[in-house]
Amino acid sequence: MNYKMVAYLLGRILIIMGCLMCLPLIVALVRREPTVTGFLISVVLQLSLGLIFTVKKPSRKDFYAKEGFVIVAGVWVLTSLFSAIPYCVSGEIPSYADAFFEMVSGFTTTGATILQDIESLSYSSLFWRSFTHWIGGMGVLVFVMAVLPKEHVSQSIHIMRAEVPGPQAGKLVARMGETARILYGIYIVMTAIEVVCLMLAGLPFFDSLLNAFSTAGTGGFAVKNASIAAYNSGAVDVIITVFMALFGINFSLFYLLLTKSFIQVLKDEELHWYLGIILVSMVVIGLNIMHQYQSFWEALRYSSFQVVSLVTTTGFITADYTKWPMLSQTILIILIFIGSCAGSTGGGFKVSRVIILFKNSISEIRRQLRPRSIAPVRMSGKVMDEKVVNSVMSYLCIYIVVFIVSQLLLCFEQFSLVTNFTAVATCINNVGPGLDAVGPVENFAGFSSFSKLVLSFDMLAGRLELLPMVVLFAPSTWKRR
Amino acid sequence: MKIIIVGDGQVGTTLTEYLAKEGYDITVIDNNPKVIANVVNMYDVMTVSGNGANYDVLVDAGAEKADLLIAAANSDEVNILSCLMAKKIGTKHTIARVRNPEYAQQLVFIREELGLSMVVNPEFEAAREISRVLRFPAAIKLDCFSKGRVELAEIKLSEKGLLTGRRLSELYKVCREKILICAVQRDEHVIIPDGNFVLAAGDKIHITGSHAALAAFFKDVKMFKEKSKRVMIIGGGKIAYYLGRHMTDAGIDIKIIEKNEKRCLELSEALPRATVICGDGTDQDTLIEEGLQSSDACVVLLGSDEENIIISLYVQSQGVEKVITEIERMSFTDMVESVGIDSFVSSNEITASRIIRYVRSMQVSEETSMKTLYKIVNNQAEAIEFAISHKTDYTDIPLKDLKTQKGILFAGIIRRGQVIIPGGNDCLQVGDSVIVVAGSGYNIKELEDVFES
Repeated sequence: MNYKMVAYLLGRILIIMGCLMCLPLIVALVRREPTVTGFLISVVLQLSLGLIFTVKKPSRKDFYAKEGFVIVAGVWVLTSLFSAIPYCVSGEIPSYADAFFEMVSGFTTTGATILQDIESLSYSSLFWRSFTHWIGGMGVLVFVMAVLPKEHVSQSIHIMRAEVPGPQAGKLVARMGETARILYGIYIVMTAIEVVCLMLAGLPFFDSLLNAFSTAGTGGFAVKNASIAAYNSGAVDVIITVFMALFGINFSLFYLLLTKSFIQVLKDEELHWYLGIILVSMVVIGLNIMHQYQSFWEALRYSSFQVVSLVTTTGFITADYTKWPMLSQTILIILIFIGSCAGSTGGGFKVSRVIILFKNSISEIRRQLRPRSIAPVRMSGKVMDEKVVNSVMSYLCIYIVVFIVSQLLLCFEQFSLVTNFTAVATCINNVGPGLDAVGPVENFAGFSSFSKLVLSFDMLAGRLELLPMVVLFAPSTWKRR
Repeated sequence: MKIIIVGDGQVGTTLTEYLAKEGYDITVIDNNPKVIANVVNMYDVMTVSGNGANYDVLVDAGAEKADLLIAAANSDEVNILSCLMAKKIGTKHTIARVRNPEYAQQLVFIREELGLSMVVNPEFEAAREISRVLRFPAAIKLDCFSKGRVELAEIKLSEKGLLTGRRLSELYKVCREKILICAVQRDEHVIIPDGNFVLAAGDKIHITGSHAALAAFFKDVKMFKEKSKRVMIIGGGKIAYYLGRHMTDAGIDIKIIEKNEKRCLELSEALPRATVICGDGTDQDTLIEEGLQSSDACVVLLGSDEENIIISLYVQSQGVEKVITEIERMSFTDMVESVGIDSFVSSNEITASRIIRYVRSMQVSEETSMKTLYKIVNNQAEAIEFAISHKTDYTDIPLKDLKTQKGILFAGIIRRGQVIIPGGNDCLQVGDSVIVVAGSGYNIKELEDVFES
């Protein structure tokens, strides 16, 4: 481990994060809110710590995969820790563990909240809450790469790989910094379009902006206690459904669409599956819940919103789906696990991983029946490298282990098995709402501080594709090379 | 600028490293997925897996909008083909590495008729460098500028040498020739020295001057060695062939030792005036029997770095005055120096630096075009020659009044065929060629970059 280099880079990132926190500070100043002190303290702390770390440039600049993982994990934990400060100082969330949970939930775009009454928060706090979704959606370090001068990112692929979801992180153009800028460019433009659409649908600017942030990051923090249901508007539902679905698509496809051809985008196999899963679940649930609503179309409005919201791991709510029939609930829980496309802002297991696992199992069966046959796994017509398939398998394995351990650690709560199971599932997949006591109209306030820490770890592990968080516990990470 | 590199072998990797550091957008094409995975881990570049002469692969790599394609794959034919394809697809410039001696005669045709921008033959270039050093064995390395008018020699200072312990401003006490010490390598560092710099034993110094001035300088400091007349070449690969042609043309007596009988026959057919011995170059008895001890110089080109190093050490121990070793793996260069082998060449390194020179000069205006670029002192410094073809802000002003960046030095001016070692009162004039030596950390593309902005 090159500790000095890790500290140096962490320092630089802290400075940038400190600058970003000036945005809610400005909101607080403009609206003359008492949260000013909290934000100010946090900004000053981050900037000063960042400056201390970056005073001396390290002489050894070697930087490999291991350092990449540690930096990614470090940045996410540190920024969550610092972001929690303003809530404690202002007293909006008195317990630090609660505030930390809330911020981890924000940055990891989970959207699980411990707040009983969201509407009582100040504007600046609401803004920062949703803004963390937006930054966390595309990635804190991807953002840093987009703004940092290129000299620091010669081996930044290690960072990119740790932060961009999916089995294979690819670059759009030769330079990492340029790739990061393109990704953020697409991201900003799409967010802006959504803000405009929501305003046209009649939402005030502040609500449009914050809901767009939450949608873009596929987060799920809402401005109202009743989430999106509070607006009770068909237009808003449709707009948000469409944008959630868009943000769940691999961003490199948007780039392809801009630079190359439409046909190539249509050939993407993951996209077929993703859209197929959404359409089938939408219709099945729509039919299943039809008797609870006046018409099939009304049922479809709620089912489509809920399906897209959960498959993209956003977690917005327009209907209390715990009152829906068992079939619908089961499908929704399965969707939570599948998640969105690789390279999108969404969480979950990722559609592409599911496809690879599925196809590999079929190939395996074929190999068993005909031992001499060669049956490689194909994606979009291309043969997948054996290594990728293997890494997906081990990903599944680590995923299950983390899941089981978290499940065990939550046993000490007084909640039901359904609550605990869906709480872990919803956190590790970065969704937000689960079932029973953590259902769409409930929240996570009832858990103990310890359980909140466990769930925070799950959220971070899920967002960072497990490995960066897990390697923190591997002794070989901290050993000298 | 967008650059595509086809084939990521030794040359490809070196180019990827240098060019990525200099800030170009690079896409690497290779058909070995393992190589590709490694490149992605090491450098900030794009990769495409596949055959570099395949239309789809080239389009995938962005050949339509690329400025340059460098083909350095294993096969000459693939290199030429991928250059032709890329050119048709829309790449502006193409460079091919072509190493088969059968094609060596047609390089000009390939370049001009097939529309390639540059064709490099690594072994030919290496042979040229070796033959330069053999003509001037006092130097451990020799580069030349302006068609040989100015030479840049590297020498190592010994414990008892006349130069050791001398201040540069007092150099005139031992020699009055017009030469300039432009870069010094001490331990791992490169120093661009000024008048107060004191030379020490073990320093490697780089000197510029005309051939005659350098010869006289070496005589003054008692380091002069006669031109090698009897040269033994151990290993009969491509470099040996080109070197043999050079040397026999210059009337030097050469002896090539090669193990493979068939190759020996080919060599003796191609080089009628050379003595070709069929024997094992790693066998000490064979070497002694063939007169190793009475050779002036020995060039070790066995094809494996490890064998080359060991045989070179043995040859040195037998009292041969000049030993030149071929080292292909760049990471070996430091180690090689530490065991006492000073003169070595790397055809990959030479190829890479030729291509880098081309890349740098590609984006520069015509007025101050870069003519030559050498990476010196283990790639830590650069010696670059510029031609000044029209009047600019810095012409006709005495050098002492010009503000150059720290760590950059004017090492020579060539005016109407005459070499001037510049002092403070000299000025740059239109029509001059000027040689600049820059320490590490500069990315000099044109003469303007030398001056403080």
